Amino acid sequence: MTPTHDVILVGGGGAGLRAAIAMAEVNPQLRIAVVSKVYPMRSHTVSAEGGAAGVVGADDSLDEHAYDTVSGGDWLADQDAVEAFVQEAPRELLQLEHWGCPWSREADGRVAVRPFGGMKKMRTWFAADKTGFHMLHTLFQTSLKYTSVFRYDEWFVTRLLVDDGRVHGVVAIDMKSGRVDTITAHATILCTGGCGRVFPFTTNASIKNGDGMALAYRAGAPLKDMEFIQYHPTGLPFTGILITEAARAEGGYLVNKDGYRYLQDYDLGKPSPTPVLRSMELGPRDRLSQAFVHEVEKGRAIDTPYGPVVHLDVRHLGAKKINSKIPFVRELCLKYQNIDPITEMIPVRPVVHYMMGGVHTDINGATPLAGLYAAGEVACVSINGANRLGSNSLPELLVFGARAGKVAAEYASSRSDGPSSAVFAQAKDEERQLQAAFRGGSGKGEKLAPIRDEMQKAMEEGVGIYRTGASLTGAATTLRTLQERFRNVSIDDHSQTFNTERISAVELGFMLDVAEAIANAAVTREESRGAHQRTDFPGRNDGKYLAHSLVSRNADGSSTVGYLPVTITRWPPGERVYGR
Amino acid sequence: MADRITLQVARYRPEEQSAPTFQEYEVPVQKDWVILDALNHVKDRIDGSLSFRWSCRMGVCGSCGMTVNGVPKLTCATFLTDYAPGPVRVEPLRNFPVIRDLIVDLGDFMRKLVGVKPWLVRKEEKPISEGEYRQSPAELDAYKQFSMCINCMLCYSACPIYGLDPKFVGPAALALAQRYNLDSRDQGGPERMEELSTHEGVWGCTFVGECTKVCPKNVDPAGAIQRYKLEAALDWVKGVVMPWGGR
Repeated sequence: MTPTHDVILVGGGGAGLRAAIAMAEVNPQLRIAVVSKVYPMRSHTVSAEGGAAGVVGADDSLDEHAYDTVSGGDWLADQDAVEAFVQEAPRELLQLEHWGCPWSREADGRVAVRPFGGMKKMRTWFAADKTGFHMLHTLFQTSLKYTSVFRYDEWFVTRLLVDDGRVHGVVAIDMKSGRVDTITAHATILCTGGCGRVFPFTTNASIKNGDGMALAYRAGAPLKDMEFIQYHPTGLPFTGILITEAARAEGGYLVNKDGYRYLQDYDLGKPSPTPVLRSMELGPRDRLSQAFVHEVEKGRAIDTPYGPVVHLDVRHLGAKKINSKIPFVRELCLKYQNIDPITEMIPVRPVVHYMMGGVHTDINGATPLAGLYAAGEVACVSINGANRLGSNSLPELLVFGARAGKVAAEYASSRSDGPSSAVFAQAKDEERQLQAAFRGGSGKGEKLAPIRDEMQKAMEEGVGIYRTGASLTGAATTLRTLQERFRNVSIDDHSQTFNTERISAVELGFMLDVAEAIANAAVTREESRGAHQRTDFPGRNDGKYLAHSLVSRNADGSSTVGYLPVTITRWPPGERVYGR
Repeated sequence: MADRITLQVARYRPEEQSAPTFQEYEVPVQKDWVILDALNHVKDRIDGSLSFRWSCRMGVCGSCGMTVNGVPKLTCATFLTDYAPGPVRVEPLRNFPVIRDLIVDLGDFMRKLVGVKPWLVRKEEKPISEGEYRQSPAELDAYKQFSMCINCMLCYSACPIYGLDPKFVGPAALALAQRYNLDSRDQGGPERMEELSTHEGVWGCTFVGECTKVCPKNVDPAGAIQRYKLEAALDWVKGVVMPWGGR
């Protein structure tokens, strides 16, 4: 039987749309489907603010971008992937320019660049401080001209269909009608983004539930480097809304309750009135978030109803610079924090922002399962290693979205066979399970929200910025219990039409699987590297752990952690030096 | 400040009801809560069947537009305390078919968006290897405002013309057409003119200006439309006075 489409993209954010366009251009005959639980322009790429790195300046070089990325990632990135990434990033950013992206400009009309954390040269392209928004809308609007791209808007994928080690498509719920349907294809690309919502305090949108990670994990693909979770140092208290690193790149200071630029106490350099690259406020995110924890311990943070904060001070930049370079920062502060950064300091604290880990892929986005690819935050190639640098994720989703699109298109073009009857039997089984699910199981019935709250609390307490073997084991034990309770979940809503509670229930199941993978990967890595800081193992151990963790799911739902050596090409492991 | 407030929320479940009804929920009033937080409180603690869209909670994804006390609002950017002591009436966006509860059907907009060709049109593509199209900050400013549209649909909900004539292309799609028309890199103006200079296009707008008033991102769709009318009229005049080509 002929599959419904040649290639399915699960997710219509930056990576998914870039892949879709790449495929439509490689082979206009391909029947491409974008299956997304939200309209593409709602995807979380929209929230990215600061910028996208790609070497353009005469004083810059690909090697320097690669070195910043490798050292920023504490040598856990695969250097062949990083080299490909830095080489292709400028071209991808230019391609977006040709599609109309409103990049900020220099007076002579060239694209402007700004400094960014952990980057030794100015190479971050930006569209004011709504870079992700403009990139996403440019990609979405451009995608509309390709008639070979068919969209399933507001369709929610619940399962990958696997037969004989190969992925043949998905089962999805059409949210509007509630109908469960089977969509088959020669190749499937996961572009569903991250899973920040497994934590209580995150910049991530409500849709970031690790869907693609869990789909792949359940289908038999391993998850890589899941223990590396990025805390962005500057989130607004209560809401977790991101205040972009661009605020510091433009010259903002981080100060404690005494008005002291405390980063100078944490081997990040000496304070200077104007920004110094790879120094102080332009250090990497892991180090800045860790410094915050120490300031709290020293009693030098400011207490608020939403926990301790420090201040981000941009007042000295002046109204003109704030309004032209970081207008969204001001808009967000005015609307959500009721303060004006032109005259007041911004209260901030570290907030879960990004997953360095994800579905294990090769340099082309291919997973170990035939016919399955992944790109963007859902994937782990890895270029980000143990800590991603700000402004590397947007070019990453372009470079690897395009790469995954091209190889998936080639794969799909080479196949003529269709899915077997076993695939449709699996799909039927999934449909039956979905219809029967969330009706209380054998117990008295559990509500979704308490399980979700307890999962998030366990992750924050056990798997936060600093971890120990005991805290991680504690979290893992709690998560096991929550998995048991999840079996007895009972929802209020049993109607077919746009049943958001049913979707939330499936998402909670995804999150529990992903949270367990994170905790288990973290407890196994007995060293401190980048964003994974074990107080019981404070040093980096290259002898044992210069390797990616790979979490695989066992039939009973438990997991096994293995390791894969890091690819080193030109930069042997060294010390991460900032500010000196 | 009262510590509780009543939400009157429009409910519509097509499998059970033939017409929408209102349901009341009492929620705590917290200083930092927006309307969306109150709705999530209801969904998590009181009634899991209440349905609405939301995602970013920072006013940029465009998902959570609803009608709050008669006015189209992004509910993630609308504080609950502004409506104390209540009650607060929360309804779906107007002028759209309702799918369920607070969720409306966006299919019509999505089709119209494609119709205005919201992408850069070039007669000849410059190879990527030759670098960027130069664009001065002033040229960027010429269209930047219209590129800020988040497709939240508040303008369609506020537009009386769209309410009367669903064929009207509408504010956001017209503003996005102008976003490309005014982009110094774009050469698709004449193509878009065919679609837009019709009764359902810009001439459908009678300049009520409600769209601009409710826009949460200061896009000014009404301004975009008026400017386009002027250009369309000049284009017509040029065509008559200078039939050999005034453009």
